Formats: sequence, structure tokens, C-alpha cells
Amino acid sequence: MVEKLQGLKGSPWLYFLSQKLLELIVAFVVLVAITFLIVLLIPGDPARVIAGPDASQEHIEFTRQRLDLDLPVWQQFWNYLSGIFTGDLGQSFRTNEEVWNIVAIRLPFTVTIALGAIVVAFIGAIILGMTVAGLTRGNRNRWLDVTFSWASATLQAFPTYVYGAILVAIFAVALGWLPAGGASNVQSYILPIAALSFGAVFSVARIVRRETANVLEMDYMRTARGWRISRLKQYVKYALPNLMASTLTLSGLIFANMIGGAVVIESVFAWPGLGNGVVGAILDRDYPVIRGIILTIGVFAIMTNTMIDIVLAAFDPRTLTAGKAFS
Amino acid sequence: MTMANEAQAAPTQKKQKRRLHPILLAGLIIMTVVVLIGIFAPMWFSESANVQSNDRRMPISADHPLGTDEFGRDLFSRALVATRLTLLLTVAASAISVVIGVTIGTLVWFMPPRVRQLIVGANSVAVAFPNLVIALIIAAILGPGAWTAAFAVGIASVPAFVRLTVNMSSPIMARDYVTTAHLLRVSKYKLIGRHVLPNMAEPLLILTASNFAVTLVELSGLSFIGLGVQSPDYDYGLLLSDALTMIYAQPTQVIGPAVMIVLAGLGAMLIGDGLAASSNPRTRGQRRAMRTGTLRPAPAAANEQAKEQEAAREAAEDPEDEIDVRVRDLRVTAANGTELVKGIDFDVRRREIVGLVGESGSGKSLTAMTLCGLTPEGVTATAGTLVAAGHNMLEPVSSRELAQDIALVYQDPMSTFNPALKLNTQLTEVARTHLGMRPSRARRKLIERFEQLKITSPEHRIGQHPHELSGGMLQRAMIASSLLAEAKLIVADEPTTALDVTVQAEVLRQFVSATQELDASVLFISHDLGVVEALCDRVLVMYRGEIVEELTAEQLGSRRVEHPYTRKLLDAAEYVEAL
Repeated sequence: MVEKLQGLKGSPWLYFLSQKLLELIVAFVVLVAITFLIVLLIPGDPARVIAGPDASQEHIEFTRQRLDLDLPVWQQFWNYLSGIFTGDLGQSFRTNEEVWNIVAIRLPFTVTIALGAIVVAFIGAIILGMTVAGLTRGNRNRWLDVTFSWASATLQAFPTYVYGAILVAIFAVALGWLPAGGASNVQSYILPIAALSFGAVFSVARIVRRETANVLEMDYMRTARGWRISRLKQYVKYALPNLMASTLTLSGLIFANMIGGAVVIESVFAWPGLGNGVVGAILDRDYPVIRGIILTIGVFAIMTNTMIDIVLAAFDPRTLTAGKAFS
Repeated sequence: MTMANEAQAAPTQKKQKRRLHPILLAGLIIMTVVVLIGIFAPMWFSESANVQSNDRRMPISADHPLGTDEFGRDLFSRALVATRLTLLLTVAASAISVVIGVTIGTLVWFMPPRVRQLIVGANSVAVAFPNLVIALIIAAILGPGAWTAAFAVGIASVPAFVRLTVNMSSPIMARDYVTTAHLLRVSKYKLIGRHVLPNMAEPLLILTASNFAVTLVELSGLSFIGLGVQSPDYDYGLLLSDALTMIYAQPTQVIGPAVMIVLAGLGAMLIGDGLAASSNPRTRGQRRAMRTGTLRPAPAAANEQAKEQEAAREAAEDPEDEIDVRVRDLRVTAANGTELVKGIDFDVRRREIVGLVGESGSGKSLTAMTLCGLTPEGVTATAGTLVAAGHNMLEPVSSRELAQDIALVYQDPMSTFNPALKLNTQLTEVARTHLGMRPSRARRKLIERFEQLKITSPEHRIGQHPHELSGGMLQRAMIASSLLAEAKLIVADEPTTALDVTVQAEVLRQFVSATQELDASVLFISHDLGVVEALCDRVLVMYRGEIVEELTAEQLGSRRVEHPYTRKLLDAAEYVEAL
């Protein structure tokens, strides 16, 4: 593998992508191992715990068999691994539905609100952060500087589910404009995405604002001013690409955590996604479903991280060669 | 994400040790209130919070500040009483993260390098993984419950503390005195106890405080979705979840737990930010308060000012007048009141190359930038008359004319180019935006100019990013672009200082021949009298914000200078030449 990677050094993008792929594979292997261990790590006799305190011996043995717990560990792992690649993760204990089926139905709902929130948060944060940075440059508008610092610090401290509860109380209950829960129509997407992105808008906007302030002091921005181009063009064309990389690096974790946030926010809106699915499965001790959904959420989280890295490289080609000798 | 880093502050010499940072103070006040509530609320309010009554679903009233729930329990009391359990769980979870994280982060130094690398690598994967997903995995293993939730959330934050410990200790473990200590057979335990841990106390405290806020929010989140605290116990998260099920009947039930979660989380976060801010010297101390970066007419007596303006207008309007630059009484003042340029006067005639010479800090660049209408942030400028390329700069001039008529070449080519954009994109900006050239035509013109300045394989170069070119190439490219718009005035601020001596002469020669071809006047700024002598028709010597001497090339050539400072500059130039 290493030799192969070195052979690709001529093209930085190919090298970069193959490196990312390698990281992706490692993370996936770790994820598979952890989800496999969920059942084995249950304290005591897993089958007995899963079957419940009042279960008959017969039911306990049945549970043991369904989870392969009667097989040697390596056999269990092999069955689990091959199951993942052949699309067979077993059936739900409760409904006997195929786990992949459950995942396939629920996944799009979670992906939509998580990605929607990332996009909304990113665009909102860039507009807000750059506007504030522009208005407060060189100590202009000190009041705005102070107001923004305190307001954004406060507003980013609100958990997503608190935003969710407040949004429901205002827009669904008091005003009746939007549905309080479910995913019946397009309007029902608005509140979950808003709740999920609100706090992130402010925490990312703080980063954008700080980075913009740094970029505005750069010599190349003075060069752009010397070309007498409009302020909007200076900011969008000349400043934005340069603060993108650091902003993405600093806010990558915020976006990765949006997936975790989506799990909780689904509970506010009775959203038929993976989050509600996994919570229900944990309460029901429905381990095949737990494994399947956590595996899916994990893959999704890993993919988000990789995507952020790739976007990062596209904005700042220098990161492609990072780690290699710099000419 | 700290508040402190937001602030663009001027560095201050004095440390302000004794005063608490306002952010830290606010955090400490909020947190103290929350902790006091956690201690005393269960003693005073547990009856109204827990005992059912017949006052069900009461609205907000004096007796019940937040109303009552469906069992007649006071919601205000419940929100306060929930504080204790919430805080206890959060403290437990934080303790788990800190203790396990720091232990692992320290223990890696006792392991073989390969194992250490493996652990650090695995940890970096774990850090990027959403905390809540890790918590869900642990909750799935151990089953729902208050203390398993605390354990789960605590474990989920371990990677962040491992990373901090490893990052903080690796430079220390590699430092010389540690190596020395190692050679002296001081044990690694002593090393870590004596050198590593004390060094990381501050960042650890900051992370712990910020992480406390995150932990509180995540724990409440687990209770909220039903995997944390179980009824009849209750914390903030469970109260909020109860409120949501009753949202149509009593939307105000949300207020209590929502306010408390935000308050407690905000308090911890502000403490973390405040600590970070006070440990960061850049943000300590006060900020500048003046609005800067402005250019105004000099506040002269009204009739005198009118006269000056008249002169400027004449210079600007009369095409026969050969004046390209006219500066009268230009003053530049720093925000702290120091006068950096002290009322200077000079002219530049058409096709004339005028040198502006002086040491760093003498005010040459400030003069040049202000002349071009680009007064930098941090200073303010006034002038009686300011004409550049025939435009009165004290009045609004269209950006199209300015961009077309005034070209700037800066000192350090490595930093004056935008690193994210290709050369073609940035260097044809003026031609496309202000001269209305089509991209293909601008591109062709740029290639021609590149050829003129002897830039090798220009077609290839214009598609490259700045970091792919050498400094000399970049400076030629910058000069090429200034020729593209056929400017009337070229202001060059030490264009060759950042270049190799061997490249300097070559670039200068090309620069001069190119400007002569354009019939442009040049204001050439340099600290090197030797360069200026070879290049300029006339030289202005600047010293401490004043023009102390004006010389023709002839005077300079025959060394007929008067001011002692000019003499010194000349000696320095000759000394360098002699080498």
C-alpha cells in the first residue's frame, strides 16, 4: 500500500484522495469492531440481560442463538462482518423487520436534516461573521463588536434541543405556522433544521469573524484594495477563499457533532429518523437494530469528516501537499 | 471558539494580573448562583417540587412563578431542585473525562514509541467522532440510567483530554532539561510530576471548564431522550422532556428547564473562555478606541483651506499642467496621537521618477499609501492638498479612474499576492473590472506583459498559484499587471527589497524601461540611496516624518548633500558598494 501511495506522488490530488481513503478504511474497521463489541461488553451474561429480567430459560437460549452468542467469538465476528457486506444484519427482535430495511427507511430523514443544518449553519455563519468583521474592522462600531461577542457567546450555549423546544412553543403552538412534529410535508423540515443549525450559526460565525479580521489585515487584501474593487468583491472573491480553510478546520468538529445533535433533535420533533430509531432500540434492548443504526450513524460521521477534509483541500491547495516536503 | 480570541487587541506591555477578566467574572458569578441553587434548592423547595397537589396546570402567578404541572407540582421549584442532580452527574462525568484522559495521555510516555503512535492515532480518530454517538454506544452496552449516562458522557470526552495531555507534554518530554534529567537517571514518574503536569495546569483547567458546559448539555440531552435520569428522579433534561409532552396544554413549562440548562452551560463556558482570555497575552489589556484609516482635508483656516482646494482643483483639471502628484501639509497621526508624518510638501511632474528615501519608520510608506487614498488602519491622515495622478484625493474620485490611473507595486511579493487564487485571476482584476476587458483579452494582454518582463513560459505561469513561483518572478508579475492598465502614476514601495541582490538589478532595469514606455510618473520608495541614485530624476530624503532634503540626481551624483542624515545614508550606500 505504502509503495503504491508513493508511486502516486506525482499527482497531489490522487495522493491526497488515496490517503483519505486509507483513513476512511481504518475508521470503518474500528467502527465495525466497536459495534460488534456492543453486545459482548454487556456486563454479565449478555443473553440474559437482553432477554430481560422475567424471561424464561427458553427465551434466553433463543436470544443467545439469534445473536450468535453460542458461537466462538471469532465465528461471531466473521458472521457479523460478512453480514455487513452481504446486507444481512439480522432482524429486529421486536418487529422481525430486516435491520437494513429499518436503516434504509430512516436514514434519509436524518441525512436531510443533518446536511440541511450544516449548509444553513455554514452559509449563515459566513454571512454573519464576515458582515460583523467588516463593520468592526479597525475598531469601527465598537458597540457592535461588544454586542456580537456577548450575544453570540450566549446564543451558542443553547443546546439544540432547547432551541427545538423554544421553536415548537413559538412557531407550532403559539403561532401555529409550522407542524410541531413528524415529517409529513416540506414545512415539517423547517423547524428541525432551524433548531439544529441555530447554535452552530453563532459558534461558526465567531470563528468566521475572527478569521476574517485576520485576513483583512493581510498584505494581499491591501493589494486588492489598491485595485479599487467593490467591498463586496474584496470580501467574497479575495477574503473568503483564504478564511475558508481555517474556518473549516476549526468548525469541522462542530459539523461532525451535528450528527449527534440530530439524534437528540429527532426526539423533539418525533422525527422518523435514525436517532429516534436507536433510542427506541436501546430502550427495547433491540440489539440488531442498535448495531445497524450506530454503524450507519458512524459511517455517516466518518464520511462527513472526510468530506470536510476534501472541501478544505479544494479551497486551499496547499493542504494537499501538507506533510510532504515543501518546495 | 473562545470569546477572547475574537478581540483584535493592541499588545500591551504591562500585565494586568490582579484584575479578573470580565468574561471570567461573569462566568464565575453565574456558576456561583447555579451551585448555590444546587446546594440549597433541594432543602427549601423539595416539598413544593415533589408533593402532588390539586393546583394542577396552574398558569404563571405570584404563588407559582412558572405555574404548576399536571400533578400540581410547582414548576419553578422543580427547575431549581433539578439543579443538584444535574450538577452531581456533570461533575462525575467531568471527573471521569479528566482523570482517565490525563492518565492515558501521561501513560503513553511509558510505552514504546510504536504503541504510543498507535494510541495517539486511534485517539485522533476518536476525537473527530461525535461525542453523543460514543455516549449512545456506552448507553447501549450498560442500559439507560442516570449514572451510566454520566459514565457514558464522561468516557465520550476522554479523547479530548488525551489529546490535550499528549500535545502539552510532548514538547516538554522532548526538551533539553528533560533529556538531561533522563540522563541523570531521574525516573519518568518524577519527570512527569515535576515538569509535565505543572506546565499543563492552565490549559487543562480551561478545557475542563469548557468541557463541563458540553458535558452538562450532553447529559441533559441523554435524559431528554430517555436514556439518562429516570423518573421519579429528575434533572434538567427530564424536566424539558416532560415539558415537551405537555407543550400544547402548557407551553410555559419549557421555560424553567430551558433557562436553567442555558444558564449553567453558559456559566461554565464563560469561565473557560475567561480563563483562556486571561492566559492569552494578546487579548489582555485595552483596545484602541479611535476610528482610523481615514483621510480628511487639513483643518486649516477656512479661507486658506479654500485656497488650497482651489489649487488642487487647478492641478486636477488643467491638462496642460504637468503636475501628477501634489502634496501639501500632509500629516499622518497614529491612534495614540503620535504624529508619524509631520506636514510634508512635494510634487511629482509627469514622466518624472522621484525617489522617496529614508530608514524604516520614517513615514515613507505611510506617505505613499495615503497619497493613493489607501490610508492604513491604525492611523488617520489630513492634508491641505493631495493630488495623485491628476485626481484630487480629498474629494471622492471614482474607483474606476483610481484603479486605472494609479498602480501600486509592494515590497514583499510573497505576501502581496492572494495565496488562494491563480495569478491570472488576480492580475487581470483591474483590466476586467475597470477597463471592461473580456477575460480572454485580459489574459492575452497579461501574457504579452509577462513576455516583456522576461518571465519564462508565461502561458503556464499565469495559471499557477503564487506559492509556485519565486519571489523575483512574482515581483515581475506584479509589475506586469501594473503595466496592464497603463497607469499614469506608479507607486512602488521598495519593490526589490525582498529580492536577491542578483535579481534586484535585473528587475529594476525592466521596471524602469517599462514605465518609460508608458509615459508614467513614478514615486519610488526605498531605503537604499544607491538604488535610488541610479534610477531617479529627483530624490526626497525623509527622516522622522519630515522631508529633510530634496536633491536632483546631479546633486546626489556629485555628493553635494547638506543634511547630516543624507550624508549618513550616502556613506552607508558607499560602504555596501565597497563590499
